[in-house]
Amino acid sequence: MNIVKLIDFFRDRLPTVIKIGYGVLALLVVIDCFVDKEHAHTAIEHLPGFWSIFGFVACTLIIIVSKWFGHLGIMTREDYYDD
Amino acid sequence: MTDFWLHPSLILIIGCFLLPLVKGPAKKTFMLLVPVLAFLDVVMMPKEGIYGVVQFLDWHLTFGRVDALSMVFAYIMTLMCCIGTLYGLHVEDDSQIIAAWVYVSGSLGVIFCGDYLVLFLFWEVMAFSSVFLVWFRRRPQSLATGYRYLLVHAFGGIVLLAGFVLRYQATGGDLSFVHLDVEAPNLSTYLIMIGFILNAAVPPLHAWLPDAYGEATVTGAVFMCAFTTKTAIYTLARACAGMDILIPLGVAMALYGVVYAVLENDTRRLLAYHIISQVGYMVAGCGIGTAMAINGAVAHAFAHILYKGLLFMGCGSVLHMTGKSKFTQLGGLYKKMPRTFVFTMIGGLSISAFPFFSGFVSKSMIIASAFSEHILWAGFLLTLASAGTFLHTGLKVPYFIWFGKNNCSEETWEKAADPPWNMQAAMAVAAALCTFIGCYTPYLYDMLPNKEVVYQPYTPYHLSETMQILLFTAFGFFLLIKKLAPEPKISIDLDWFYRMGGRGFYWLARKPIQSIDTAWSEGYRVMGLIPLMTVSRFWSWFDWNAIDGVVDGIARSVRSVGGRVRKLQSGQVQYNLYYAVSFVAVMLVAYVLC
Repeated sequence: MNIVKLIDFFRDRLPTVIKIGYGVLALLVVIDCFVDKEHAHTAIEHLPGFWSIFGFVACTLIIIVSKWFGHLGIMTREDYYDD
Repeated sequence: MTDFWLHPSLILIIGCFLLPLVKGPAKKTFMLLVPVLAFLDVVMMPKEGIYGVVQFLDWHLTFGRVDALSMVFAYIMTLMCCIGTLYGLHVEDDSQIIAAWVYVSGSLGVIFCGDYLVLFLFWEVMAFSSVFLVWFRRRPQSLATGYRYLLVHAFGGIVLLAGFVLRYQATGGDLSFVHLDVEAPNLSTYLIMIGFILNAAVPPLHAWLPDAYGEATVTGAVFMCAFTTKTAIYTLARACAGMDILIPLGVAMALYGVVYAVLENDTRRLLAYHIISQVGYMVAGCGIGTAMAINGAVAHAFAHILYKGLLFMGCGSVLHMTGKSKFTQLGGLYKKMPRTFVFTMIGGLSISAFPFFSGFVSKSMIIASAFSEHILWAGFLLTLASAGTFLHTGLKVPYFIWFGKNNCSEETWEKAADPPWNMQAAMAVAAALCTFIGCYTPYLYDMLPNKEVVYQPYTPYHLSETMQILLFTAFGFFLLIKKLAPEPKISIDLDWFYRMGGRGFYWLARKPIQSIDTAWSEGYRVMGLIPLMTVSRFWSWFDWNAIDGVVDGIARSVRSVGGRVRKLQSGQVQYNLYYAVSFVAVMLVAYVLC
C-alpha cells in the first residue's frame, strides 16, 4: 500500500506540487538556451524554447480541433447502432 | 544442430492439441511451457538461411526464410506470446488460449514464409483464429462485431490474393515474397500493398480495429493488439519499403488515431485508436524506406508490441475486475488498484517516448529519418502526433481511470482491486522490458536488420526537445482538462458505411426478395409439393411394411453416429468455422510433417 501513501502524500500537498511543476517548465526553457543545437534539423529550432511552444500549441490544437470535429455530429448517442 | 530448424508455429499448434488433454495442477505449467518453448526455439535457431522447403504441385513452398528482419519479429512475437499467456493463465476456457496460440502461429507463419502462397495461407489463419478472441467475449454484440471483423479481413485477403495472382501471371510464375518494384508500381503492387495496409489499419481501411479490439475478451485484446498490425508492418518493410505513398498515409494515420482518441469514452477503444496512431509511424517509416527508417519501423514495432500489450493488460485488468471499461463509469481508482496504475503508467510513459522508456529509443529513429531525408512536414506532423500520444495514453487514460471524478457505482467500487497474481506478473514483466529497452539501447539495436546504421537517441538536444514537448503538453492538458472530460458518447467512424450499408442489404433481403421468395414457395407448394406428398405417402407405406425390417439395424447405428455429429453441430456458424479451421490446421501440420 506504499504506492497509495506516496500518491496521497503528493495529493495532500497539491499547491506545492503545482509550483514545482511550473518551476520544472521554466527550467526546461532555460536549459534549452544552453543546449548544443548542432543536431537541429531546421533553422527555427534554434529559437530558445521552440519545442516548448510547439508542445503546448500541439496539445491545445489537438484538443480543440478534435472536439470541434466530434461535435460536428461525429459523436453520437451510445445506442446509435442498436436499433 | 546447425542445420536443424523447427518452425515455432509447429510448437504452438502441437501445444493446442495437447492442451485439452492436460488436466490438474500440471495444466498451468504446460500453458506456460508451450510459448516458452516456442520462444527458446526462436532464440536458439540459426540466424540465417532457408528452411522448411516443401514441394507442392509445381511450387516450392518456403516455410522458413530466416534473416535479421524475420528474426527480430519472431523474437518479440514469441516473447509477447509468453507474456500474453501468463496474463491469461487464469482463463479456464481452453478454447480461448487455443485460439490465441493458433493466431500467434499464423503471425509467425507470415514472418517466416518465403513465398506468397504460404503467406496467404497463414494470413487467413490469423484472421480466422483471432475472430474467436472477439466471439469468446460472448456478449450479444460480440457476434456481430466478430463477423464484421471477419468480413473486412476476408475482403483484404481477396485483394491480396488478386495481387498475388496478377503478379504471378505478370512475372511468369514468380511467387517469392521479396521486395516489390516500388519505383514502377503496377496494379499487382498496389493490390498487394492494399492487402497489407488493411491489416495495418491504414485509413480508410482501419475501422475494424477499434471495433474488434474494444469488444475482444480481456486476454484476447492483449494478443490482438500485438500481432495483426505488426505482422502487416513486417510485410510492408519486406515488400513495400520506400513506397512513397506510405509516407502521407502513415502521417495521416498517426493524426487520425489521435483525433478519435480525444473523442473516445471507452478505455480499450481509446488504446485501439492509439494503435492506429502508432502504427502510422511505422507505416511512414516503411514509406521513407532508408536503412535508418526501416530500422526505426522495426524498432518501434518491437517496442510497441510490449508497451501496447502492457496498456491493454492494464485497462483489461480494470475491465476484468470491475466489469467496466468506460471513463464515465470509472475514476478515482488509485486507492483500489495502485499496482495496475503503476504498470499502466509505465506503458503510458513508454508509448509517449519519455526518456529511459522504450518509445524514446524507437519512435525518434523514424522522426529523425524523416528529418534527415528532408521530409520536414512529415517530421513535424509526427512530432505533433507524439504530443497527442502523451496527452491521451500518458495523461487521459491514467487520470480518468485512477484519479479525476469518481464515476464508479457502489458495485464497481466494491469489486475494484488489483487483479490476480498472474495478470500482475505479466504486467511486471512487460513493464520491466519497456524500461530495460529504454535504458539499455544495444539490447534492441543489435537485433535490428540494418547493422550499418548508427543511431544515438541520448543526445542533450534530443532530451531537451522531448522533455519540452512532453511537459508542455502536460501543462496544456491540465489547463484544458475540463474540455477533455469524458462524454458518454460513441464516435461514428468509417465502419458506418458497412454497418449501415449492411442494414440496407438486410432490408432488401427481407422486403422485396423475401416477398418474391414467398410467392415462389407458394407456387411450388401447389404445383409440386402436393403431388409429391401423395407419391411419398405411398412409398412411406411400402417402406414401413417391406423394407424397414432389413434397414432397422443399419438405421440404429446411423442414428447413433448422427447423434454424435449433432453434438458438434450446434447450428452456430462460428462453431462450424472453429471445427473447419482446426481441421485445416491438422491437415497442414500432417502435410508439413510427412
